[in-house]
Amino acid sequence: MGDLQRISRRAFVFGSAAIAGGIAFGSYSNAEPAATTAANGNPLAAGLGPNSVSFNPWVEISPEKITLIAQHADIGQGVGSVQPIMIAEEMDLDPGQFEIRFAGPSPAYFNTGFADELAPFLAADQSHAAEEARAAALENLRKSGLQMTGGSSTIPDTYEKLRMAGAVARETLKAAAAKRSGVAVADIRTRSGQVILPDGTKIPYVELAAEAAKIPPVLDAKPRDPSKWRMLGKPMTRLDIRSKVMGELKFGIDLKMDGMLFASVKLNPNKGQPLKSYDASKAQSMPGVKKILEIKNGVAVVATNSWYAMRAVEAIDCKWAPSTYPAEQADHWKILEASFKPKFLGKEWRKIGNVDAGLKGGTQLKAEYRAPYVAHQPLEPLNGIAIVSDKGMEIWVGHQSPQAVQYVAATAIGLKPGQVTFHNQWTGGSFGHRLEFENVRVLAEIANQMKGTPIKLVFSREEDFLQDIPRQISVARYKGSVKNGKIVAADLQLAATAPLKGLLERMGAPSKDPDAQLAAGLWNVYYDIPNFRATSYEAQGLSPSTTWRSVGASTAGFFTESFIDELIHAAGLDPMKGRIEMCTVPHYRKVLETVAEMSDWKGPLGKGKGRGVAFVESFGTPTAEVVEVTMTDRGIRIDKVWVAVDVGKVVDPINFQNQVQGGVVWGLGHAINCELTYAKGAVQQTNYHHHEAMRLYQCPEIEVRGLENDPKVRGVGEPPVPPAAPALANAIFAATGRRIREMPFNKFIDFV
Amino acid sequence: MIELTVNGTKHQVDVVPEMPLLWVLRDELGITSPKYGCGVAQCGACTVRINGKAVRSCQAYIGDVAGQSVVTIEGLDNRDQHPVLQAWIEHQVPQCGYCQTGQIMQAISLLEQISRPTDEQINQVMSGNLCRCGTYPRIRAAIHAAAAKKMAEK
Repeated sequence: MGDLQRISRRAFVFGSAAIAGGIAFGSYSNAEPAATTAANGNPLAAGLGPNSVSFNPWVEISPEKITLIAQHADIGQGVGSVQPIMIAEEMDLDPGQFEIRFAGPSPAYFNTGFADELAPFLAADQSHAAEEARAAALENLRKSGLQMTGGSSTIPDTYEKLRMAGAVARETLKAAAAKRSGVAVADIRTRSGQVILPDGTKIPYVELAAEAAKIPPVLDAKPRDPSKWRMLGKPMTRLDIRSKVMGELKFGIDLKMDGMLFASVKLNPNKGQPLKSYDASKAQSMPGVKKILEIKNGVAVVATNSWYAMRAVEAIDCKWAPSTYPAEQADHWKILEASFKPKFLGKEWRKIGNVDAGLKGGTQLKAEYRAPYVAHQPLEPLNGIAIVSDKGMEIWVGHQSPQAVQYVAATAIGLKPGQVTFHNQWTGGSFGHRLEFENVRVLAEIANQMKGTPIKLVFSREEDFLQDIPRQISVARYKGSVKNGKIVAADLQLAATAPLKGLLERMGAPSKDPDAQLAAGLWNVYYDIPNFRATSYEAQGLSPSTTWRSVGASTAGFFTESFIDELIHAAGLDPMKGRIEMCTVPHYRKVLETVAEMSDWKGPLGKGKGRGVAFVESFGTPTAEVVEVTMTDRGIRIDKVWVAVDVGKVVDPINFQNQVQGGVVWGLGHAINCELTYAKGAVQQTNYHHHEAMRLYQCPEIEVRGLENDPKVRGVGEPPVPPAAPALANAIFAATGRRIREMPFNKFIDFV
Repeated sequence: MIELTVNGTKHQVDVVPEMPLLWVLRDELGITSPKYGCGVAQCGACTVRINGKAVRSCQAYIGDVAGQSVVTIEGLDNRDQHPVLQAWIEHQVPQCGYCQTGQIMQAISLLEQISRPTDEQINQVMSGNLCRCGTYPRIRAAIHAAAAKKMAEK
């Protein structure tokens, strides 16, 4: 509770501390620096029981137990395992010797991992100027205190600080043992949750908690060299595997409270628009119904069972205010097509040489590419439990932005953010969905009308689809030219809705800067093209959109790597050799060479088979994929995928492989058959049979190799996604001669 | 009152007969391993066993389940040693894990019908179970491993 009181004293205001040329980034707290190690900035300090100690925001030891804090939200990527294990590695703790808790809202948990993404330099640029800009971005993040899970930052954000947190804990426990025993610290060891004195005496950490609390933490402790690691970097079992297999792990949707009632909602499918009127006469008398409530943009039924609530809310007849965006999908595309104008300019992100002259100087190619709105739809639908009292609100929900949950819930019902107590939950996936707030906002409204009663809200799948704020929609108009077997010019322009800006606005942190996510996959092209330009336009008045696993690169990566493939073919080059020869960053070239070696790339396969390659760097992580397909009489079959990824350091090898494979499945499945289309202001796809993505029978063998050449430790949750679609499209071209320039691909070709 | 047996325990529930079994298990009995994913038999996350057969519990009316025996993953015999669950742990199949109890219940049913399924047979039986995280390569590997283990134990 202490941390909440402290945060409540801070204004929840957003400055506009813009980074030169980068994205304006607000602040969740005032300008007070967020302390990372000092006890006075430690949110755990206030909640400590007697004889307990916390050295930093990640470690808590009481006489009974050791608790390690998972700083990020667990959305299936393994945060609840690898983050505590990074601490445990340094503390010499074994799995089973500590409990795990998700971090509460606090600026102490600001995400350092966004610094590189926010500095306006290419990831491969290690120049002094680039590093200076990243340092400035980091400082800005520190001041903002922004605690958010996203941007593939699970490892990059915490690799240093969690190992440091563990090392500080270990050395301070040793210092406490030295003080008690009179033995020199240098002669003291630690192992399996115990301090070991030279005479073999073992003191469990929990017995040292009270004494450790009385001495200053040893802040100059040093994390161990990776060569000394016991767990990290080696195959290890994720801590959550067993409980998930046994069905014991409680997701947010599985929580239960005494006296709890169940709610479900029907909201205006014209996103963001209010309810006009409703008729609940039928629903009123349905079984299990306790209450029917009007909320800002819809109606809610409170009942004795989620299914009663869902069924009754379905029976309410609602009149909705119309959408502010075009009611019909065709008009969304028309607006995009009309957005390639100076008025809608996002930014010219990069310019090399003289593009116009370069285009005229060779054989010119022009192509238009498209990517539709797509839903996130993690399998656990949006949900949450909340109770509102006179003092404030307590909410249990799986979410990637703790402070923004406080802000959104509080704003909805006239509280201050500090009056909202947030408990993060294990989630059944996210893919960006749990960065948005529809469940949080409506849950606050419902619980506020049911004061004193715990309310469990569960969205029906259909409602979840209808309210899913989709991935950006995008059209690309690319031009290029080739001459003497070389690409001599590329002019890459795209128009799209702005996903990150939309998210920031809904968080209460609007930005006027161009959406940097629309540059991802567009400007970070590492091929030696002498005349190059990358420009984004931001379409106005369309559906809200938000971050979807790999965000901007999920669409622009498809456009760019498909178009590069077109230019390569026009230049008469081999798609793999051409890329390798053009690649200007040595360790990125190595990624391509690795995937060529893994797949034994030897050029065209013939006999209805084809291979495509694509290379995209996103979130700083260079990833190359080769997809092999066969044209069968039932359509395209994906036979195999090879992936090479350079993350600098593979910290959790088995989970790394699982994440990469999952990213490929995500990228391929949605490229093949998923889109959201609007009709009468609402999306037409409301369950998985209309938005299926990949199922097991379509899933190829996926061979993964992790490389460790990058000078920085990089993330892997998203980067395997962007190359998947273009590698598949390029493979289909190789197998059939058909160039597919629009997702989903099944509008143009059948799949087995 | 409708009576049913879940994991060997008899329960009486006071709900309408058209309530799906899924919501009786989750909200009336507090048994949470069967998950709500789609409500229309498109995802398989709610898969349980009724009288020994894998069934989508979102599609089974409680009125029709009256008097029958339902088993969820919590009620499997010798759960800690179960070859399918063991294979799932050894292959570290889950990411978010939300679909996995349904995947496992379906896989158990598959292996009861076909002791050494081919990839094609796995495709046919398991493709109704959606995994948004994309753990399919591991699901396939775990099923093969569990099959091999079961054969070795015989």
